[in-house]
Amino acid sequence: MAAFTINVNGKQHQVDVDPDTPVLWVLRDNLDLVGTKFGCGIAQCGACTVHLDGTAVRSCSVPVSSVGEAKVTTIEGLSEDANHAVQQAWLEHDVAQCGYCQAGQMMNAASLLSRNPNPSDKEIDDAMNGNICRCGTYVRIKAAIRTASEKLNQPTN
Amino acid sequence: MTLIKTQFNRRSFLKVSSAAGGGLMIGFNWLTACKPAGEEMADVPKEWFDVNAFIQIGDNGAVTIMSPNPEIGQNVKTAMPMIVAEELDVDWKDVTVKQAGLNTEKYTRQLAGGSQSIRQGWQSLRMAGASARRVLIEAAAQQWGVPVGELSTTNGTISHTGSDKSIGYGEVANSAAGLEVPEEIELKDPKDFKIIGHPTKNVDGPAIIAGKPLFGIDIKRDGMLTAMIIHPPAFGLKIGDFDASEALAMPGIKDVFKVQTAPSEEGRTWSDTNAFPELIAVIGEGTWPVMKAKNTVKVNWEQDSPGENSGGHEAALAEAVTKKAEEPSRKDGNPDAAFRSAAKVVERTYSAPFLPHNTMEPMNFFAHVTPEKAELVGPIQTPENMRKSVSDLLGMPEEKISIDMTRMGGGFGRRLYGNFGLEAAAISQKANAPIKLVYTREDDMTQGTYRPAYKITYRAALDNNNNMTAFHARGAGIQGGPLFANRYPAGTVDHYLAENHNVDSNISTGAWRAPRSNFVAGAEQSFLDEVAEAAGKDPIDFRLELFDRAINDPVGEDNDYDAERYAGVLKMVKEKSGWGQDMPGVHRGVSAYYCHNSYVAQVVDVVMEGDKPKVQKVWCAVDCGIVVNPEGAINQVEGGIIDGIGHALYGAVTFTDGKPDQSNYDRYRLIRTKEAPVEIETFFVENGIDPTGLGEPSLPPIMGALANALYQATGTRLYDQPFAQRDINMG
Repeated sequence: MAAFTINVNGKQHQVDVDPDTPVLWVLRDNLDLVGTKFGCGIAQCGACTVHLDGTAVRSCSVPVSSVGEAKVTTIEGLSEDANHAVQQAWLEHDVAQCGYCQAGQMMNAASLLSRNPNPSDKEIDDAMNGNICRCGTYVRIKAAIRTASEKLNQPTN
Repeated sequence: MTLIKTQFNRRSFLKVSSAAGGGLMIGFNWLTACKPAGEEMADVPKEWFDVNAFIQIGDNGAVTIMSPNPEIGQNVKTAMPMIVAEELDVDWKDVTVKQAGLNTEKYTRQLAGGSQSIRQGWQSLRMAGASARRVLIEAAAQQWGVPVGELSTTNGTISHTGSDKSIGYGEVANSAAGLEVPEEIELKDPKDFKIIGHPTKNVDGPAIIAGKPLFGIDIKRDGMLTAMIIHPPAFGLKIGDFDASEALAMPGIKDVFKVQTAPSEEGRTWSDTNAFPELIAVIGEGTWPVMKAKNTVKVNWEQDSPGENSGGHEAALAEAVTKKAEEPSRKDGNPDAAFRSAAKVVERTYSAPFLPHNTMEPMNFFAHVTPEKAELVGPIQTPENMRKSVSDLLGMPEEKISIDMTRMGGGFGRRLYGNFGLEAAAISQKANAPIKLVYTREDDMTQGTYRPAYKITYRAALDNNNNMTAFHARGAGIQGGPLFANRYPAGTVDHYLAENHNVDSNISTGAWRAPRSNFVAGAEQSFLDEVAEAAGKDPIDFRLELFDRAINDPVGEDNDYDAERYAGVLKMVKEKSGWGQDMPGVHRGVSAYYCHNSYVAQVVDVVMEGDKPKVQKVWCAVDCGIVVNPEGAINQVEGGIIDGIGHALYGAVTFTDGKPDQSNYDRYRLIRTKEAPVEIETFFVENGIDPTGLGEPSLPPIMGALANALYQATGTRLYDQPFAQRDINMG
């Protein structure tokens, strides 16, 4: 066991865990942030996707000891009041069936749009291919990403 | 207006009681913390009144509707309360939905399975709403001293015809809650529906996008420990002795023990399928420490029965389909003679492998068992069966056991079999602590209860005019054959023979989304495509010819489908997809199937990207009667299509000496976004018939439509699933 200080959703947290503990379990078990989901444990399904300094990573395969000063963002911290364009587009398209994988899908989509605000269909496919939706909501996920992209590209004034 | 007798299912909703004092919400306290933001801003009633088992009305007119059935992603938590709200005649935006816990006094059939929640709940849900509306009107009539017949309702307000009197439901809910429901009540005419038939968003949508705790795996309670299990790595093995000394020395680990989780022979229900009732449990603080400790336990496995191999399953199924069944499942006319005198006979054999369910949320359950009571919370499709089995396992009467259902991260049939709940209960009892049992993905995928491996051989006889004169199907499956003897094309042909064979195995099998249909539909619809080709007929015209026979002069009396509705969806998809038009570069396949009381026809459009086929578009026509929530319904149809395409192309579990060769997504392939159709368009038949199932029916036929389209695109007929690992290389 060792003490680690990590920044999650803009707040510093101190946890006392084994250094090899994946960020996923620190979030879920130590910080009670259970929006990030356990799916496979081997970075194959994307259910545990969070942002590390804005980049989508699989939290099941990132040991807490490797995080250092990097900022972790989870679905709970993606926005105030769940009003990120991606979250709102997910509602608008009523994407979820069971809903279990969707936090990971949204985190990956938000990361995609932050580096590429206007992705092509192929770029969406390439970016989202690591996230499994067992219910098969892929068509809606893509439509929601397009909607979020349009919203983000509207001039704000 | 429809008058119906209130005697129907009276027990399920006529628990009329007044619940003064407020806050008598049935639900989970860990859920109350995650209401959507908009709801928190709404006025909170000072008092709630239980109008009946489904409906609570607050003194301010707020309405809470209980959703009785488990939610596995099929969206009944939205659709079932919509039906209640429609007949109650309230504004949907004033409704809050709560998941009911298991309560057999108040509700019937709290089960998610067979696509039956809406079909079987339809009448009682309408009556729950209508009878509540009726007592609210009576309360107002008494208060005003006017006849009930002079009152009407709109959006939660009661008005008096002939005066300007009006009153909100909340103001009469208190007195209404004590009134008897009359012998007969009115139901709305479907043409007056304002909620049913209108696209309505998932009631849990706001909580899902915010990452709120909704699922069983999200549960946390004071003093709760995490439990994980070790089950034998292969079917046929059982636990001998084990050494947990290393695990027990690890920080946070509380205990490691062997545990029996099977109810007695007498106490068993059909939900108790489980190949590994004896387990090793590892208990401690936090998931990661327990997961690590579990991997250090050394177990000596004992061979209990022979370890099986996929080659052996294939050989046993292949042998079975060559044998005549002792007793046919159905025989019409004289099939032997008809095949002997045929001008042409087409014979083909199809197969499909075992499939795990692979719900994204792995199996888990919370249990807190004390000598006085047992509290269980988690994802379960069959809570009533679970309580019976837990009662038997713990030796505790059912009334001391509570079960609450969480939203489920997928079901697909896996959570019909509640072994994980029994395991949680047994572990909590032995550990004397509240525990949350969590499976790893590997525990989950190698635990069993798979869709069985199947094989089926079809034969069709054509006469000189290319009419089908005889049809023969002989199926075989692990623990039960796949064939439905009285389904299409039974009834369309004079000479018909259906046979089913069982092949025994020590690998546990169970219902997987659209059981048996999930194989038979694809095989049968691929075969009919080939028969149509042999007859030189368009595949839709060929099928419609058969339906004409079933409509005008059906063979036999046990045909369990409505040929007109069946033909109806085929005609609809033909028209909507523009079947028969010249579409350069597009290769099309068609399919139609009936299951779970609903009819589905599909056209798949495949295009070639270089030398690889790609599913461009799926056209889908559905007849499930009245569509309660078109938004959720379309989502279900799309999901079934993508699920079906994925499993037909990629899904398989194989075995070596009883050990599953795949245990996680590195070796088990699920469909991903690149392989999904670019577009899916869904059309519903509007016929006003009472609603039928929709969670399953769009999946089975897509496997046939896909195979037929891929044949058109590549010239290769596909007989053995998974297609992509055998015969075809998808783009």
